[in-house]
Amino acid sequence: MKFLLNLYLHAADLPGEGFDHEEFLAAARQAGELISAHAFADPSISAVARARDGVVTVTEGPYLQTSDHVVGQYVVDCESRARAVELATLIAGGQLGGVEIRPLMDSAGMEM
Amino acid sequence: MSTTEPLGDLLRELVPQVLGVLLRRYGGFEECEDAVQEALLAAATQWPAEGVPRSPRSWLVTVASRRLVDQVRSEQARRRREVTAAAREAPHAGLAPAPGDGSPSDQDDALVLLFLCCHPALTPASQVALTLHAVGGLSATEVARAFLVPEATMAPRISRAKQRIKAVGASFTMPSAQEWAGRLDAVLHVLYLIFNEGYTTSSGPDLHRGELTAEAIRLARMAHRSLPNDGEVAGLLSLMLLTDARRAARTGPDGDLVPLAEQDRDRWDAAMIEEGTALVTDAMSASPLGPYQLQAAIAALHVQAPRAGDTDWEQIRILYGILTRIAPNPMVTLNHAVAVAMTRGPQAGLELLESLDGDPRIARHHRLHAVRAHLQELAGEYAAATENYRLAARRTTSLPEQRYLRDRVHRCTDSAPDVPGPLLDLPSSASSGKRSGG
Repeated sequence: MKFLLNLYLHAADLPGEGFDHEEFLAAARQAGELISAHAFADPSISAVARARDGVVTVTEGPYLQTSDHVVGQYVVDCESRARAVELATLIAGGQLGGVEIRPLMDSAGMEM
Repeated sequence: MSTTEPLGDLLRELVPQVLGVLLRRYGGFEECEDAVQEALLAAATQWPAEGVPRSPRSWLVTVASRRLVDQVRSEQARRRREVTAAAREAPHAGLAPAPGDGSPSDQDDALVLLFLCCHPALTPASQVALTLHAVGGLSATEVARAFLVPEATMAPRISRAKQRIKAVGASFTMPSAQEWAGRLDAVLHVLYLIFNEGYTTSSGPDLHRGELTAEAIRLARMAHRSLPNDGEVAGLLSLMLLTDARRAARTGPDGDLVPLAEQDRDRWDAAMIEEGTALVTDAMSASPLGPYQLQAAIAALHVQAPRAGDTDWEQIRILYGILTRIAPNPMVTLNHAVAVAMTRGPQAGLELLESLDGDPRIARHHRLHAVRAHLQELAGEYAAATENYRLAARRTTSLPEQRYLRDRVHRCTDSAPDVPGPLLDLPSSASSGKRSGG
């Protein structure tokens, strides 16, 4: 099962400070569970594209103005949700507001 | 490694035999396994060009042994360079024959290897990966592709599993009598996991995963050859055959899931059904009953019915009752509830489902919502069914299942009468209450 770990930070905090994911990275890599890792740039430099009734608009800035935003993501492949939560707890310290464990959709399914 | 069939089949059939010979001769699982993989690679490149050797097995043993010896020598050379020149010559530690080097049959070797790869010191995910690699002869790339993860993710999983086997000192021997049942359960569970992983995807862009069902069946056949009198091994092989027999009919042209009751039964594989049915019939008459045999027997009842309406639900309900007793688990209760609904009416099934609401293993699971919705639909409670299908669609993590559940939401919304009518009076065998899709 694949999970996206969303790392949330208070928007007021200085980006990128106090991250220590060594323990998580070592654990997830050695176990063969880490698929990818992305650090996000600050949302203040994002742009948002919209299309309404054939009219396209592009605005500067984030889609949502929120008190917390996603600053990075890991994708892991674990055998259970419990294991993904366990891995997330290894990151969820320091400055981070929290880590969201979000299951990814699978292209496979069983007939019902 | 992209060996062309049937060369790939031949090679992979030989993997456990060759690895068995090396392990008995030299010991050292990790090293032997690496050497066998290298020999496989050599065979895959040389045989198509130079022809298959007269004895492929001894060719592979010779090449793998040579690689192993080279490996040990270069390892020793490396150590010699690292320590001072006065260091003592390292003995050929890895090359001493393992104690008790008898000559068990190839079939025993394959079985012992399965036990080793499904060692309890490993997590199920590692057991699965290692079994496919070391017994199935799939390269790390192939295992990675089958599980839709990058090779950089899968390779460490496999190598850590091998290191773990070494660290716990697991030996290349049959488990003791006390351990036997538990260890065999682990092997069967791993084969079942491999099968399921492949079965959940059999069309579209993930064809590679479908190959896993074939691999699981091959490994289960191997285990069955080694343990022909074990009813549960036969039961598992039978369950796989009877399930895979429906493969062609279980997805529509767009890759949509087709539920069992609506499948085109002409597209089921008659040969597989015949083999699977014979296996489980023999097993049940000769061995103590077990969960795989029961599940196979249920699968057999489903595929024996010429039409969905002919399904012997009464017999299925009885078998689920026994399964609930000997191997209780919430998924079994779910299926049991469906069988109860089909024989005693949807309300009876819905009552049985209530027992699961307090079970944290399944209370939030989309399958519980989906089954509840299905039974409510059968009972004509369309509003409630719509809600539960909607909940199930939200909670599933499978795209095709979500598509299917969304369709059901629409179907229930269309079926809901504007003015609430009387509840449908279903016959005691409610199979006729199952409406066709639309």
